[in-house]
Amino acid sequence: MSSFRLIARLDVKGTNVVKGVQLEGLRKLGEPNLFAKRYYANGIDEILYMDVVASLYERSNLLSIVKEATKDVFIPITAGGGIRSVDDAAAILRAGADKVAVNTAALKRPEILSEISNAFGSQCVVLSVEAKRNPNGGWTAYYDNGREKSGEDVLDWIQQSGTLGIGEILLTSVDQEGTAQGFDMELIQAVTAAASVPVIASGGMGNMAHLVDLVGKCRPNAVAMAHVLHYDKLTIPDIRERLINKHIPVRSVPSCR
Amino acid sequence: MSIKVIVVDYGLGNMLSVCRALEYCGAETSLAVTSKDVASADRLVLPGVGAFAAGIERLANQDLIDALQKFAKSGRPLLGICLGMQLFMSIGEEFGEHNGLDIISGKVKSLPPVNDAGDAVKIPHIGWGAVINAQNDDLWENSVLKGVKPGEFVYFVHSFVVDTNDKHLCIAQCVHDGIRIPAVIKSGNVYGCQFHPEKSGPVGMRIIKNFLAL
Repeated sequence: MSSFRLIARLDVKGTNVVKGVQLEGLRKLGEPNLFAKRYYANGIDEILYMDVVASLYERSNLLSIVKEATKDVFIPITAGGGIRSVDDAAAILRAGADKVAVNTAALKRPEILSEISNAFGSQCVVLSVEAKRNPNGGWTAYYDNGREKSGEDVLDWIQQSGTLGIGEILLTSVDQEGTAQGFDMELIQAVTAAASVPVIASGGMGNMAHLVDLVGKCRPNAVAMAHVLHYDKLTIPDIRERLINKHIPVRSVPSCR
Repeated sequence: MSIKVIVVDYGLGNMLSVCRALEYCGAETSLAVTSKDVASADRLVLPGVGAFAAGIERLANQDLIDALQKFAKSGRPLLGICLGMQLFMSIGEEFGEHNGLDIISGKVKSLPPVNDAGDAVKIPHIGWGAVINAQNDDLWENSVLKGVKPGEFVYFVHSFVVDTNDKHLCIAQCVHDGIRIPAVIKSGNVYGCQFHPEKSGPVGMRIIKNFLAL
């Protein structure tokens, strides 16, 4: 089994890292690359940048942020938000990203996933899914950072996307995001069962028990964390050590105590 | 004085990430696009992300094949990363059979879909994997792996693997779903890394610093 990956998620608005609750009420926290550098130094496995307003305003600050990150951050970088074409993907990959995450554009035109995949390989295509629980069960895929409802059922969308050459799925629970109340376990379990590619679980982690429970029950391949890291609730070496104690395979990091 | 490194730019690779990692490790980088640039290098890196045939075709179009072969014979340090390493081989079997640079005798083959135990092998191999010693401690410590501990993790993204005719050239491996993958190959001052040192955190930086000290 490949090692479980720890990803730091940096939601970016303009030139700041922001954090909201259920993707709303965004608070400015500071310069993205200060966060990225700190997490890199503490042994995170990957960095994920999401421009949370790019789709809305149809522009993105990610290029300069990613370019800057390549000076100090020597681990895989994923960037998403506002990727609408193969050219957008090419630009962000040239700027130093290793993978691109696509949500809004893929819901509007699913072929964009295979176009990027054909041009740069499936390993660099991450389908970002923002899932919101329906009152009567199941989940619907949202876009524009959880603002807009697509009408697409999440599990149907996951199945459909399997033929479009994606490398992995970033699954964000809109309901749990930023609440620190734990993951939407039912959602993550359903998606890992339906997906043929690795799944990154995101949204709701507030403590170590949430993560251990998630890995034990839902078996995602990675977790994307924001709240617990940004607000210093947990440190990366501590998370790693506690996963190792639970016999969950993770990368060993030389700088890790 | 900083160490000068030339990175071959043939349109397939994460040039910026590779250059930045080299610079972080103390190098002064420039890009080589012509055979003259390659010939002038003290130290050369051949990066690469993509398919074997496309890689060789681009090197040929830029008239770099002969220059790279000569450079490899000169004894000056040469590092191939991922596809760059695979292009060193004699033959590539990705989408048909293609001639490689033949700097190191051997083939590039697809990862097998199942291992010896009959279990499926995930392809592509993406993610952090531990490097293990394939030869002996002496060879390990006298290579770009000096100071790296067996069992430390590096970052892989690939579907194909090298198979050198001389098995002693493979100095480090990584086990992926039961398959032993050549992770580092060495022939004199020519090195190949299947993983991406520029994305492998402090372990990758150690390897790059060692390359700069050759």
